[in-house]
Amino acid sequence: MTLERIQVDYLARVEGEAALKITLSDGKIKDLMLNVFEPPRFFEGFLVGRRFEEVPELVSRICGICPVSHQITSLQAIEDALGIEVSQQTRDLRKLLALSQYIQSHSLHVYMLAAPDFLGYESALSMVEDYRPVVERALRMKRLGNDITAAIGGREVHPVTAAVNGFTKVPSRKVLRDFLLRLEQAKQDALETVKLIGSLQVPDLTRDCEHVALRSTNEYAINEGRLVSTKGLDIPVWQYRNHIKEKHVPHSNALHSYIVGRGSFLVGPLARVNLNFDRLSPDAQKAALETGVQFPNFNPFYSALARAIELVHSVDESIEIIERLDPVEEDRSFEVKGGEGFAITEAPRGVLYHSYRINDEGLVEAADIVTPTAHNVNNMEQDLREYVPRVINLPEEEARLKCEMVIRNYDPCFSCSTHFLRLEIKRQ
Amino acid sequence: MWRLNKPSVAVYKLSSCAGCQLEIVNLEPILFDLLGAVDIHYFVMAKRDNKPGPYDIGLVEGAVTCGEEIARLKQARKECRILVAFGTCACFGGIPSIKNWKPQRVVESIVYEDLSAIHSTTAYGIDNYVPVEAYLKGCPVSKDELVEFIKSILLGVRPYLRPHSVCVECKLHENVCLAVTKGEPCMGPVTTAGCGALCPSHQKPCEGCRGPANDPNPESLAETFKEYGLHKRDIVLKFRKFAGMNPEFAKGADAV
Ligand code: SF4
Ligand code: SF4
Repeated sequence: MTLERIQVDYLARVEGEAALKITLSDGKIKDLMLNVFEPPRFFEGFLVGRRFEEVPELVSRICGICPVSHQITSLQAIEDALGIEVSQQTRDLRKLLALSQYIQSHSLHVYMLAAPDFLGYESALSMVEDYRPVVERALRMKRLGNDITAAIGGREVHPVTAAVNGFTKVPSRKVLRDFLLRLEQAKQDALETVKLIGSLQVPDLTRDCEHVALRSTNEYAINEGRLVSTKGLDIPVWQYRNHIKEKHVPHSNALHSYIVGRGSFLVGPLARVNLNFDRLSPDAQKAALETGVQFPNFNPFYSALARAIELVHSVDESIEIIERLDPVEEDRSFEVKGGEGFAITEAPRGVLYHSYRINDEGLVEAADIVTPTAHNVNNMEQDLREYVPRVINLPEEEARLKCEMVIRNYDPCFSCSTHFLRLEIKRQ
Repeated sequence: MWRLNKPSVAVYKLSSCAGCQLEIVNLEPILFDLLGAVDIHYFVMAKRDNKPGPYDIGLVEGAVTCGEEIARLKQARKECRILVAFGTCACFGGIPSIKNWKPQRVVESIVYEDLSAIHSTTAYGIDNYVPVEAYLKGCPVSKDELVEFIKSILLGVRPYLRPHSVCVECKLHENVCLAVTKGEPCMGPVTTAGCGALCPSHQKPCEGCRGPANDPNPESLAETFKEYGLHKRDIVLKFRKFAGMNPEFAKGADAV
């Protein structure tokens, strides 16, 4: 019996800390474990007893890369609990914030985290010499995303203005319109990105798995919508826990998200593009079609392309919102009456769920948070199970890189995955 | 003071949100200049090819929340000439330290069903375990201060890390004081400046994310909050958010 191991001790170019261990026996997978050694941070534990106004500020610290998503999702869940309906202006500004975070996070992932794999570099920093204009393009787009976040939110990491029932301060029409020129340029950059990523050779890993995303009747769903899937799931947000659960699986010790009665599923850009292709801006659709790649598409390696397509859409929709928006200061007052609330948004990495129970004094009694990475980890392992047999005959270093690519594709965010961290429990 | 030519840099992560590390990448308008001035040898979030130590400068992000991290921190101390507490988590325990105020088992059992192998400990800033040469505060760290710090090392001068309170920066911005005019519970008077009075400039009271300023008067501020009608419990929540383990902020929480 030959026994080999593929081991990645410290997974680079992802957020947070994880290790992957695969044990092969006679060319078959004996054991496959994605091991997250990020220590637990207990957000759901220490949120209990805090005031509801503090929640967005606290939960943004779950993740420095998608703080906006955590803020918006928690705000919407709290507003649901308190029975608050926000204004159209607040909706628009939140959408713009979310789009700016897509622009920032997607350019970071596509160019700095994923592209080096496809182009054969160890990091984007080392690409600078050969690909300086490409790296500069990435940094230009990322800076634009950051600048829009800061203009609305006050700061790019952990913004401060988004509050229950509105914003503590809104940006002026002028400040917003000043971004139009840069957005026009970013449109070209984003289209170039689709061309570049669309031209890359990706490994074949088409797998029949369920894709889950928000869907809305009149827009590309990011902050609002129903939760739908490629296999018939179609539920309002508050029914989430009736359909999506977590379980221990004996082979990996990790807590895995699954859809009741079915199994693992994929969330993120590819699922969104697959389920909402018709809601993408016309130019994003056109750019996608021109790559020749078919959608819906079930090869997870096309996630990077889906991200690039979303870059085009994000720029288009940002322009559209800025052109019609003229923000005014609004009254944010409301009465505090306790309740339970739920919200789901599409973070850059996929479906993000928050739910809170708040008492009449405004204190949090219970919090439930499930992040995109926690949703995806089950599916990451399934992908690897399917993929590893195809690469085991490669030299070890190459096989290792390929396995890393499968995971990096998901743009996982291991510090976020509060639930996922339960896998630490029985690691010994 | 240190004076180093093209220092090698390592970026370490303990329990954190990665926001402070991201702020390094967010320097992109001057990122290429930075890469010309320092050698980034170890930065797992950004690079696959990481060189072993020793390094000149180690930026440590995150609070220490388990035994394994203590060991990694001690290793980092050995590897680096200048060890920097990078962000409020590393300086004071930050947001992760909120859990310290409940019995550990209570917090754990809210999140986990099986507690048999949870090894989390009280969350501390890194200087609880190793000596630290510099503190870059903020949640996240201020990019300006980071650049200032690196420039100072290149030039061999003492970095100007602001000792005074957020109030000073508020005055510089000519902000109308939220506390005096609206009775809002602002932590600015006891909090270190360096953010440009970010929150008050956006009509939001300061929440103390940069930790205590030099020589603050937290007891008096807690008293004032009480006069504004704040519930005792809420005053405690304010002081036990970003730097509750720090003796100065602890005084504020204990004053009510
Ligand atoms: S100090 Fe704040 S931004 Fe920095 S790692 Fe800690 S939580 Fe994140
Ligand atoms: S005003 Fe206070 S809470 Fe806001 S960034 Fe500055 S120190 Fe942090």
